Amino acid sequence: MANTYYISAYCSIQSGQIMLNGEEYFSAEGADFADFAKQAYKHGETDYPKFFKMDGLSKLSFLASDLLLKGRQPDGENNTALLFANASSSLDTDVKYNDSISDKENYFPSPAVFVYTLPNICMGEISIKHKLYTENSFFIFEAFNPEFFANYAAILLDTNKAENVLCGWVEFFKNDYKAFMYLVSKEGATEHTTKNIQTLYLS
Amino acid sequence: MEALKQELKEKIINILNLEDITPEDVNDNDPLFGDGLGLDSIDALELIVMLDKDYGIKLADPKEGKAIFQSIETMAAYISEKRTK
Amino acid sequence: MSKGVAITGMGIISAIGNTVQENYNALIQGKTGITPIENIATVHKVTVGEIKQTNQQLAESLGLPADNNYSRTAMLGVIAVKQAVEDAGITNINEYATGLISATSVGGMDMTERFFYDYFESDENHRYIHAHDAGDMSQKMAEHLGLKGMVTTISTACSSAANAIMLGARLIKSGRLDRVIVGGTDALSKFTINGFKTLMIFSDTYNTPFDNDRKGLNLGEAAAYLVLESDAVVKAQNKKVLAYVSGYGNANDAFHQTASSENGDGAYLAMQKAFKVSGLEPADIDYINAHGTATPNNDLSEGRALIRAFGNTVPDFSSTKPFTGHTLAAAAAIEAVYSVLALQNNIVYPNLNFKTPMEEFAIVPQTVLKEKEINHVLSNSFGFGGNCSTLLFSKS
Repeated sequence: MANTYYISAYCSIQSGQIMLNGEEYFSAEGADFADFAKQAYKHGETDYPKFFKMDGLSKLSFLASDLLLKGRQPDGENNTALLFANASSSLDTDVKYNDSISDKENYFPSPAVFVYTLPNICMGEISIKHKLYTENSFFIFEAFNPEFFANYAAILLDTNKAENVLCGWVEFFKNDYKAFMYLVSKEGATEHTTKNIQTLYLS
Repeated sequence: MEALKQELKEKIINILNLEDITPEDVNDNDPLFGDGLGLDSIDALELIVMLDKDYGIKLADPKEGKAIFQSIETMAAYISEKRTK
Repeated sequence: MSKGVAITGMGIISAIGNTVQENYNALIQGKTGITPIENIATVHKVTVGEIKQTNQQLAESLGLPADNNYSRTAMLGVIAVKQAVEDAGITNINEYATGLISATSVGGMDMTERFFYDYFESDENHRYIHAHDAGDMSQKMAEHLGLKGMVTTISTACSSAANAIMLGARLIKSGRLDRVIVGGTDALSKFTINGFKTLMIFSDTYNTPFDNDRKGLNLGEAAAYLVLESDAVVKAQNKKVLAYVSGYGNANDAFHQTASSENGDGAYLAMQKAFKVSGLEPADIDYINAHGTATPNNDLSEGRALIRAFGNTVPDFSSTKPFTGHTLAAAAAIEAVYSVLALQNNIVYPNLNFKTPMEEFAIVPQTVLKEKEINHVLSNSFGFGGNCSTLLFSKS
């Protein structure tokens, strides 16, 4: 790799707990995801009522990204690309929508549910909130793939396609969820390497 | 009519996940879209589903929604005239 | 200066043909593939761009055993990817560092919706559960090719295949791969038919892009793949180059989950980025293969973005969706094949079904087949989630 980059911030969300840069930021153990997400949103003091219209995957992604992007650069000037992946795409919402079109007697499918039956909608939500007119892509892997993230983020930065890259592994199905997000920048404390990404993911 | 308006306010808040808004916050003539409650095109489609599901009114063209969903007042007037259930 | 990344092979299956040649013939003869739906039992009366082969026929043509677990999306993908590799004259797939980047949005949904409730009753069709994931079909394609290199799956709605092509071009340019097969596949499913119906953006007849009275889109199904190779491989093997991927760009519209912004901000930015990568100017573009889905929202937003990018001299443009329907994650791949064919044959495809210019602006699409020198083609693809991509193709 031509240049050295850094992980300038990272966070993870799972089992009712939010960790930011290795320290607990918020927790609501025992709460189901909807309740947990609402509490975490209130705790973050971000005023964005559209949050409550989002599906689970988008809420999860929004909460994690908001911690890392909040107050960084003026909206609209922020050249942060989004690089996300997961294993089960938008499965949680797909199942909900499928249920709504399967019952012939009670056929009232919801447009607001269908909208979220694509994994990259969560990146759209983040882009809308933070005015990111930047490159974003969503990949599907069987499992977290730190090497792919490391390579792709480095190409984006090497070729000046972005100033920062927000990388995210966002998995959501029923009450089983995990988000791991980190910001790759030109400055920071932790070097951006496959090994470090894997270590932070597991931490 | 007043009961229908109250019912619509509750339904809209519930269906469209309007957090921290109560029926008392919504005036009968407030615009629902744009600056009012800030609803968007997907919300309009949800309201079209609601007309069908709860009042038996089918809209074929989403553009018809524009006039109907201007406010609680216009919605209530339209529904009371056209409802089949 | 390098012209871009070489395209050395193409494969396609769509509603207008099972090969590149068949697709080309339909395009120049103005023959649409949009018909009432046949292969899916649905209560909705919809017209779609459907491939007129049943799953069984597709399985037989691939020589799959009766107990296979291929979704329709996977079968279409395998058919197209094999054509592409054969067209590129590749006999030893692992001779160079080779990757596969495949796009899909539907994945194995067609089988999941068919067997979803049966799964609880009997385990007869449980083998399809593993075929649901979007990544499964990419793996199956790689198996068919005997490919041992990098395989990944991209899912960014209707711009997915454009992003696959963009990533492939970058991996070649940065030297991480010598050769990469890129494209996308999506089959029709009840899920998408119902979904777009829910959004009320279906045309009940034939889609009419950029027409003032346009009602919406027809869905379609297709798969298409391109083989991209490094200059070194092209030189070493004395390969024939069909065309070059000369530019690419992706931007987010940052406006709405599904609707495009009023002035096409994301589309405009994606085009600007693609120009920058290629070093080309708007005046260099001879033909635009528009996204042109024929929804009221897309065509207005895209038309405005074109005017922003090209000023008053928007080059000849057309949407080929009246031929194929909107094939979602495969759209940018089939339109990449059409863009290359436009370069090779110096033609602009007609935008079928157009009658009345839009009242919001003065630009109108090319409505009859036009022959002229074509050196550079711009192809747009925009997806839900605000994901906007532009590709530039240039003559070899």
